Amino acid sequence: MNTAENRVSEQPLVICQQEDLIPNSGICALIDGQQVAVFYLPDEAPQVYAIGNWDPIGKANVLSRGVVGDVQGRLVVASPLYKQHYDLTTGQCLENEDVTVPTYAIELVDSQVVFTP
Amino acid sequence: MVGHHYVEQLAGSGVTAKITVLGAEPRPAYDRVHLSEYFAGRKPEELALTTREHYKSIGVDAYFGDAVATIDREAKTVTTEGGRSFRYDKLVLATGSYPFVPPIPGADLPDCLVYRTIDDLGMIQARSKKAKVGVVVGGGLLGLEAANALQNLGLKTHVVEFAPGLMGVQLDNGGSAMLRRKIEALDVQVHTSKATQTIEETDGKDTRLVMNFADGETLATDVIVFSAGIRPSDQLARDCGLEVGPRGGITIDYHCRTSDSDIFAIGECALYGGMIFGLVAPGYRMAEVAISQLTGEHSAFQGADMSTKLKLLGVDVGSIGDSHGKTPDAIAYTFSDEREEVYKRLIVSADGKTALGAVLVGDCSDYDTLLQYYLNGIELPANPETMILPASEGGAPPLGAAALPATATICSCHNVSKGDIISAIDGGCCSLADVKSCTAASTGCGGCAALLKNIVDDEMAARGMEVNKSICEHFQFTRQELFHIIKVESIKSFEDLIKHHGSGRGCEICKPTVASILASLWNDYILEEKHVGLQDTNDTFLANMQKNGTYSVVPRVPGGEITPDKLIVLGEVGKKYNLYTKITGGQRIDLFGARVDQLPDIWKELIDAGFETGHAYGKALRTVKSCVGSTWCRYGVQDSVSMAIYIEDRYKGLRSPHKIKSAVSGCTRECAEAQSKDFGVIATEHGWNLYLCGNGGMKPRHADLFATDLDDETLIRYIDRFLMFYVRTADRLQRTSVWLDNLEGGLDYLKEVVIHDKLGICAELEEQMNSIVGTYQCEWKTTIEDPEKLKRFRQFVNADAADERVVFVQERGQPRPATEEETDQLLAKSA
Ligand code: SRM
Ligand SMILES: Cc1cc2nc3c(=O)[nH]c(=O)nc-3n(C[C@H](O)[C@H](O)[C@H](O)COP(=O)(O)OP(=O)(O)OC[C@H]3O[C@@H](n4cnc5c(N)ncnc54)[C@H](O)[C@@H]3O)c2cc1C
Ligand code: SF4
Ligand code: FES
Repeated sequence: MNTAENRVSEQPLVICQQEDLIPNSGICALIDGQQVAVFYLPDEAPQVYAIGNWDPIGKANVLSRGVVGDVQGRLVVASPLYKQHYDLTTGQCLENEDVTVPTYAIELVDSQVVFTP
Repeated sequence: MVGHHYVEQLAGSGVTAKITVLGAEPRPAYDRVHLSEYFAGRKPEELALTTREHYKSIGVDAYFGDAVATIDREAKTVTTEGGRSFRYDKLVLATGSYPFVPPIPGADLPDCLVYRTIDDLGMIQARSKKAKVGVVVGGGLLGLEAANALQNLGLKTHVVEFAPGLMGVQLDNGGSAMLRRKIEALDVQVHTSKATQTIEETDGKDTRLVMNFADGETLATDVIVFSAGIRPSDQLARDCGLEVGPRGGITIDYHCRTSDSDIFAIGECALYGGMIFGLVAPGYRMAEVAISQLTGEHSAFQGADMSTKLKLLGVDVGSIGDSHGKTPDAIAYTFSDEREEVYKRLIVSADGKTALGAVLVGDCSDYDTLLQYYLNGIELPANPETMILPASEGGAPPLGAAALPATATICSCHNVSKGDIISAIDGGCCSLADVKSCTAASTGCGGCAALLKNIVDDEMAARGMEVNKSICEHFQFTRQELFHIIKVESIKSFEDLIKHHGSGRGCEICKPTVASILASLWNDYILEEKHVGLQDTNDTFLANMQKNGTYSVVPRVPGGEITPDKLIVLGEVGKKYNLYTKITGGQRIDLFGARVDQLPDIWKELIDAGFETGHAYGKALRTVKSCVGSTWCRYGVQDSVSMAIYIEDRYKGLRSPHKIKSAVSGCTRECAEAQSKDFGVIATEHGWNLYLCGNGGMKPRHADLFATDLDDETLIRYIDRFLMFYVRTADRLQRTSVWLDNLEGGLDYLKEVVIHDKLGICAELEEQMNSIVGTYQCEWKTTIEDPEKLKRFRQFVNADAADERVVFVQERGQPRPATEEETDQLLAKSA
């Protein structure tokens, strides 16, 4: 899907406000045709994480709607379809080492959610 | 079976030998012990103990469906009926036994059958198709199993026994008489002291056969199954001059060698100490002993305990050791209760200190304890009769795992002693599952499962190892313990709980569990900010996610009753949003394929038309099905629809460990299938019968009758108490059926708690239920009225677009999710 035409643009981008985020949960942003799942964990550092929204095992755009938590200290989201865990920092699937999802650079700057391609 | 065990053990033993298996039956070894489950629908593949592929993968050559015809001990070869010939260094005979068919004229007619192999059972099934009556000749253990099968095939069943009593080998006269009484109550007719003289074919008008007995009486039947004992398959051994016993059986020594030291015999074909062991566990032991002669370990077979516990035609029967009390000077205690139809007999040594044997009919709950006393020579209490008296009379306390010596055999199928289990734990096993996979205990007949668990728990506790019952890595507690903590400390949020009682950040297991407990206790709106991240996706979006990421919409239709106007609204909404509509198995209508951003609009329309959420997404009350009942039906005795609607309205929104379903039927015809529900209600002339803890699903269980002829108020009171007690004490995702099966004391205990208030908590349970009922809110209504909450239902936080991968195609006039390929094609086309 990540074809040359719809590759994410090069400029940092404000995708939404901090108040649009839902604490300890995810939302989805559409950035240059890419679906990006953004998770807001107010008690962690950093507080925001971004990975692809596409669940490569469940084969649907749903990861932003999973439950977040940790597996032995690793921050993860559990896919809402079949419950595989994805590491929020590396995109690695914990149940299948051949599977990863893309990760993206994201930051909270002055109550704004900033995405850097 | 035993031959297969030999192969598996040998292949894993380190002995490098080329193994060849020759079997007469057309299939690899299967589980004969559970053969009767064939009639319950278990397929031959499911009974199989191995496969051809598996043998191949461990380097075993195997030939099935070709019996060995001769053994040439000089040349050391065997030749099959099909003409194949094989050389051997060592030969193992594990030919088992065959059913004995008495030489009665007519016993070879086509309707005269036996019960030993899968093919035999197939034949019995085929012959029973057009039959009405079936007779089993032989009232032993296998005969009764065959009788059960005939009865399940729908035949009027008789058992004909030559001896004066049933199961004469295992039971004494009293036990045998009680067994007969119970079996006759199940409509199986028992004829004892009957010698069959001839069997003749009839004109076939009514039945196909007639049996003529020595006493001049006759019995008409269609099929006959002979189960008059087994005889060792020793012909091959006889033909090649091996020593056999006077009544058959290949003679072996304690190394399982026959009279030719290169030939072993194991299992039911072998005769050791003048005895044939007709059970699988001793056969497995022989296999291991035979292998130890190759590994150089040279262990010895020393006979085996023949105690048995089984359920025959649904009747519990147990026999231990010297059940007939033949030991000189033995003393017997007998307890017989004709009302409950229970018979127990305990045989003890002259000094009253050791158990020598026992007979149990109708109640085997003491079997495990008695067997351990018997096998391990544990000293009996001063009044040995307490061992078999009912609990209220001060019966035997179950033998604690700690009381058993290390030599005690816990799993007889795989010969695992308590000592083996202890070394497994010392060697690093730290859960029941670990111990099972490392010792194989409890992977055979499963009869030792409860005892094994006790020992493992006990040993782990003794080592200060936490018996790990925690729900996940973040909380060292069971769901029940969490419930208590939250309740006692009035904890209102997950954050508080994990800060004080857990570790880490939680996960998809503990978060929804805690959310459910918080909801059961405080009934807050589940999408409040502090709760929203805890919910499973389905709860977060108040809808069930489908495979393509869209959602289903299931409004509540209490009792399945719906007005034409409301039906029209559902139709209109379905049409407007292009949803797939289907009638569910729960008497309501499901609308599928809604995008997350459409959910609020759809629900707004439904709520405006008077619908409420159906909680199809939650571990909560689902549906209360009803039948049309006395209002319309000519048989109905109570208004089942009104009751179903009342019940559904009362408990809607109740969050619970797993989903809860109910139904109300208007009479005993039971059209609402109430007996398959967590709680089911069936009308009687005088009120309502309440059934508890049934379900359909993966492992169906019929609900148990809990109370009869209740008036409306009492019915609701009992249900309130039952549901709250379940909500408080069940494990995560444990349905009422499994919960009850794990509840110590079972149904009787539940009655004590719910009806007689044994724990003194009923007032509290009712109060808690009233508070839940009083604070009900339709979650969808609350949600659509709160713009803040609706933010969550945007597809994208920064764009007004739709998910391009959500694509539908038409099928039978309705949309369905496109497959991956279809989606790719359609997207390519539109690009
Ligand atoms: C829609 C429906 C099938 C249908 O088209 O008829 C259905 C659909 C689902 N069932 Fe069911 N079950 C439906 C009636 C049943 C029934 C029949 C009944 O209720 O009378 C049963 C057997 C009875 C029972 O539960 O005792 C049933 C036994 C299950 C089970 C197995 C439960 C068990 O204890 O073994 C599951 C899995 C689970 O809950 O863990 C399940 C789970 C599901 C889920 C939630 C699976 C999932 O996670 O996606 C399905 C999604 C529903 C949705 O998206 O709305 N469904 N399911 C039925 C909805 C009834 C309703 O109106 O609410
Ligand atoms: C209905 C039923 C219920 C039972 N329930 C129990 C129970 O609850 N508990 C228990 O412990 N035991 C039970 N048993 C007994 C148990 O099944 C036997 O003890 C066990 O199967 C014996 O194993 P085996 O290997 O010696 O004989 P089998 O399992 O009979 O295997 C012998 C195999 O050798 C084959 N064979 C024979 N002759 C030749 C030849 N010449 N060439 C090649 N192959 C040959 C046979 O076809 C057969 O496949 C039950 C038996 C039956 C029939
Ligand atoms: S259960 Fe009884 S009342 Fe209900 S529909 Fe059936 S026959 Fe009629
Ligand atoms: S006794 Fe049969 S599995 Fe343990």
